[in-house]
Amino acid sequence: MKPEDLLIPRREGLYCPPGDFFIDPVRGVDRALITHGHADHARAGHGHVLATAETLDIMAIRYGADHAGATQPAGLGEVIRIGDVTVTFHPAGHVLGSAQIAVEREGMRIVASGDYKPRPDPTCATFEPVACDVFITEATFALPVFRHPIAADEIGRLLRSVSRNPERAHLVGVYSLGKAQRVIRLIRDAGYHQPLYIHGALQKLCDYYESQGIGLGDLRPATVAAGAKGDFAGAIVLGPPSAFGEKWARRFPDPLVSFASGWMQVRARARQRGVELPLVISDHADWDELAETIKTVAPGEVWVTHGREEALVRWCAMQGIPARPLHLVGYEDEGD
Amino acid sequence: MNRFADLLDMLAFTPSRNAKLSLLQDYFRRVPDPERGYALAAIARDLDIPAVKPAQLRELISSRMDPELFGYSYDYVGDLAETIALAWPEKAVSRPGRNDAPGLAEVVETLQASSRREGPGLVEAWLDRLDPPGRYALLKLVTGGFRMGLSSRLIKQALAAFGKVEVNEIEELWHGLSAPYADLFAWLEGSGPKPVNAGAAPFRPVMLSHAIEDRDFEKLDPADFTAEWKWDGIRVQAASERGISRLYTRTGDDISAAFPDLVDAIAFDGALDGELLVARSAGGHIETGSFSDLQQRLNRKTVTARQLRDHPAFFRAYDLLQDGEEDLRSKPFIERRTRLESFVAGLNPERFDCSAMLAFDSWDDLAALRADPPYPVIEGVMIKRKSAPYLPGRPKGEWFKWKRDPFLIDAVLMYAQRGHGKRSGFYSDYTFGVWREPGELVPVGKAYFGFTDEELLEIDKYVRNNTIERFGPVRSVRAAADKGLVFEVAFEGIARSSRHKSGVAMRFPRINRLRWDKPPGEADRLETLERMIDGIE
Repeated sequence: MKPEDLLIPRREGLYCPPGDFFIDPVRGVDRALITHGHADHARAGHGHVLATAETLDIMAIRYGADHAGATQPAGLGEVIRIGDVTVTFHPAGHVLGSAQIAVEREGMRIVASGDYKPRPDPTCATFEPVACDVFITEATFALPVFRHPIAADEIGRLLRSVSRNPERAHLVGVYSLGKAQRVIRLIRDAGYHQPLYIHGALQKLCDYYESQGIGLGDLRPATVAAGAKGDFAGAIVLGPPSAFGEKWARRFPDPLVSFASGWMQVRARARQRGVELPLVISDHADWDELAETIKTVAPGEVWVTHGREEALVRWCAMQGIPARPLHLVGYEDEGD
Repeated sequence: MNRFADLLDMLAFTPSRNAKLSLLQDYFRRVPDPERGYALAAIARDLDIPAVKPAQLRELISSRMDPELFGYSYDYVGDLAETIALAWPEKAVSRPGRNDAPGLAEVVETLQASSRREGPGLVEAWLDRLDPPGRYALLKLVTGGFRMGLSSRLIKQALAAFGKVEVNEIEELWHGLSAPYADLFAWLEGSGPKPVNAGAAPFRPVMLSHAIEDRDFEKLDPADFTAEWKWDGIRVQAASERGISRLYTRTGDDISAAFPDLVDAIAFDGALDGELLVARSAGGHIETGSFSDLQQRLNRKTVTARQLRDHPAFFRAYDLLQDGEEDLRSKPFIERRTRLESFVAGLNPERFDCSAMLAFDSWDDLAALRADPPYPVIEGVMIKRKSAPYLPGRPKGEWFKWKRDPFLIDAVLMYAQRGHGKRSGFYSDYTFGVWREPGELVPVGKAYFGFTDEELLEIDKYVRNNTIERFGPVRSVRAAADKGLVFEVAFEGIARSSRHKSGVAMRFPRINRLRWDKPPGEADRLETLERMIDGIE
């Protein structure tokens, strides 16, 4: 059989005709397999959802327990039959619960990796390369300019800035699922054990990570009730970047705006957002990691989706690896 | 290179002036000679090293990576030095703490000892030894591409604060110093004597004025003062000694190279304070150009024959500081003025004249003169105490400026941008426009001060409640004939500008008043601004 008989791009997302299911569909479908909990991959309103237990928990936290007609947890490595195909979930190292999904039939295996990062992350299981005929890779940071520095070094820059500016509050922009908890964990690992203040939008997911055994230390709500304006001097406050333009930000003394994202690699991006301390911390593979992963997985063919497809397709061509862009629509960079 | 790269990064991302000052001081404190001196020279754009051209850099990167991949990268990043810094393929994975990275001093000294032809090869070898921030700093250094937004005034203030000396002491010394400024730092740290400006024709710190307030007049006796026009050019100092002539800005930057026509005419021994204008003599009197004529000559390192012909530089003298061997600065103004007149009488009248004195018996007389200046390039009157010595800085009660009333227009708020630091969380930077056609607003300027904290709250609320679209930190605000917020905008000058969509550029615009009462449809039209320009020209 041809790979296109096993998975094909459709408007709703990647579709598997022999199994009659979609992977990360962008609108409600009967049967959905979900790689991870970011909103552009995991949406509410499906008839049946198959995902890791953590991803199902995260979807329930975000959308309510009744976000789908029925849910089924997939254990990592567990072989699950759907119609004529088998599927297995493997860790993707992107955020807690994130998984690559291997779809197999008659000896043909395609791995849809969702979003992934191969480097170690204390808040989720480490990415695991899976041998396959077709590897579907993201391309969020697929340009040679994206080489994410060591995250601990970026946290070091944050902590140095905090000690250099004891009178200011550091507002660190983090997306609420994954980045927030990873940044908090990295701050703790760097030996900073004072209270961290968080925006209300982060609370539930931080609680959930804690319940899964990922210690985040003393987290306090960044509310006015928590203290007068001066009390946030020298504090680290984490929140979704969108909150920093809102009235919420006014409670802090002379805020120093920071943002933890792979996009902060590019100066113009940081300046456009009015970021004073850009931290290059990403939950996606950088250019070198995309290339390494493709070499390790050594698939017969590469399909490239959401991001800078043309550069990665070009790189594959230079390596003699057949590759093509998938042109899936509807995936944004929410996770970074 | 990494300490320097860190400094560049922090300066680039730090919006606050005070924070920049403290970053610079901190750097001067932490970093030894000669590195801090080269860094100072680099950010002051005072570093003389053979430049590497962008085309040569493109050649370097093409030899290292696929041009198509580089092309995608450059398209995305948009800045050549930054793209190369990020995409440069490292031969080995770099580790933090590696110790073979070249330092700033090594880079500068090696380049200074090399020819232009050797530049690209050196840069290539260094790129292999640096991490991305280091590569970025190196590439900006060798292409001379620093656009830090740091004025030389701010850099000198940082030095003054670092050494706890007056900024005018730095200004006075500055042009006689050269990178890496070891003698300057030794003095500022108290381990060496104050450097002597051994160069001929040194800069002398200038005397500045205070804006006069209404209540000042009753305390001042007109008989104690002289008055003259305040010309809207660039305050400069012309100094010459032992055949060396220099033209300085009021902060001590040497701008001689851009004004060879004027510098050639500095045929005297002494130092004059005055205004740089564009002017030519026509039929026995001097025809003074506008500020926008002068702008054709500003911020250029070199000048073309055409610019020299079309926009000749002219010096209108205000004061005589040095006459031959004699320092006149401790003498009263009125005595210096007499000396000035005879001094200037001996100079080339095509390039020099004396600022005319205004006759007045009362402040009302002067007010009448101020209200009706003979040339549009006059921006008010200067009032000087007859007995005042020439004192550096801004001494109280000696010189006053009484500017003409600002231009005023009513404009409509179009875009608002979030502020930084204490203004985080507030939409505090405003782009405003006027009507080109009914229904078509065209942006004409930006303002971010002139309002009170209470007014800022009101405007911020208005912006949030009337947002049409968001672009990152910017919001476009509802602005139609019947719905919108009108600002009365005050500004000091206006000129044609091909760089602005509207074709006009304002000087020093600020919010003068909020006109909640005024329907936006009644705000000014672009024609009104164009007529203001015609009036000036």
